[in-house]
Amino acid sequence: MFAIFTRLADWAAYDLLRLSPESKLGDAVHFFIEDVTKIFFLLTIIVFAIGFFRSMLTPERVRKVVAGRSRFASYPMAVGLGAVTPFCSCSSVPLFIGFLEAGIPLGVTMAFLIASPMINEVAVVVLAATVGWKVAVLYVVAGLSVGILGGLAIEFFKLEKWVEEYVWKIRMGETAIQQAQTSFKARLGYAWEQVKEIVGRIWLYVLIGVGLGAGLHGFIPQEWFVKYASVDNIFAVPSAVLIGIPLYSNATGVIPIVDALLGKGVPIGTVLALMMSIAAISLPEMIILRKVLKPQLIATFAGILFVAFIGVGTLFNAMLA
Amino acid sequence: MKTFKILGSGCKNCANTADLIELKAKAAGVEVNIEKVTDMGEIMGYGVMSTPGVVIDEVLVHAGGMPTPAQVEEWLA
Repeated sequence: MFAIFTRLADWAAYDLLRLSPESKLGDAVHFFIEDVTKIFFLLTIIVFAIGFFRSMLTPERVRKVVAGRSRFASYPMAVGLGAVTPFCSCSSVPLFIGFLEAGIPLGVTMAFLIASPMINEVAVVVLAATVGWKVAVLYVVAGLSVGILGGLAIEFFKLEKWVEEYVWKIRMGETAIQQAQTSFKARLGYAWEQVKEIVGRIWLYVLIGVGLGAGLHGFIPQEWFVKYASVDNIFAVPSAVLIGIPLYSNATGVIPIVDALLGKGVPIGTVLALMMSIAAISLPEMIILRKVLKPQLIATFAGILFVAFIGVGTLFNAMLA
Repeated sequence: MKTFKILGSGCKNCANTADLIELKAKAAGVEVNIEKVTDMGEIMGYGVMSTPGVVIDEVLVHAGGMPTPAQVEEWLA
């Protein structure tokens, strides 16, 4: 089904640019053209389709649904809804306050915020189409588990004392839940707006991701990865997570890197740990959350995720690699 | 004169929303008063959790993203 992108890349890299398929540059350029065309094509189609069919799933509605549930129901719901509810990371602060104000526990709220940037339906479909359904399913399972574990750890350590005091004093007005427009024309318009907004926001991450992936694919020999990133090297997963922490990209932008690394034989757990760490922990997100969390809680939060990513990555390697 | 309040913590979409309303108001020849609200307590007071939100004369009309140009034209009419 996606062979057309391979053929397009064959033609562009080998016929049009006259690069040799055996050369490193030819290999890298081929990867670049194939992944750029494929990912942008899929991104546009998927965002449009989801925008068209989506009934309005808003953070206000999630808050209403999760509030007042038992712990056993609320954690899975929070990570599941976190994965599919769209919200701009600049809304993290009002979302955080709104959840706590509704009586949703801190652990559940953090589980939502952990899962949300890591998993989204667009990244999952692009991942499945690029590297296969198995990897996509594993990524979802890994992301949901880390969200639940991270939230439970924050609950266990009773970290409410490290939430800024003013947060507890804010009282929310009655939430006005927006009604979705359901006419065919309104849906088309909404879907198109979504494409413009989402592609406009993440195209640069995707382009950088494909560039890095193409570099890895073409210029770094497989032996290097076998030597340093094999399952036997116990430092491989922690190093992957450490590399990912300062880096930030939208989850979709990491996919070409995942594609290149898996192609080089890097174990799946290591690759997924890197992807989670790039998508979930980032400096800009921490700075935004600093408005509601004290530095101690931010540090603990980052520490918990660090440990959770290593745990999940190592476990997947032990089970699958 | 209508008073528009743009609710948001100063993110890019909030600034874009304010610009869009100003642009459309000028094009329609309608005089408006645009105010940016960044205080979290005040934003939440309107029941908004996802920004940017838009309030016209103290009534919340929109939340959770950039409004479409068509919506803005409707508000100004």
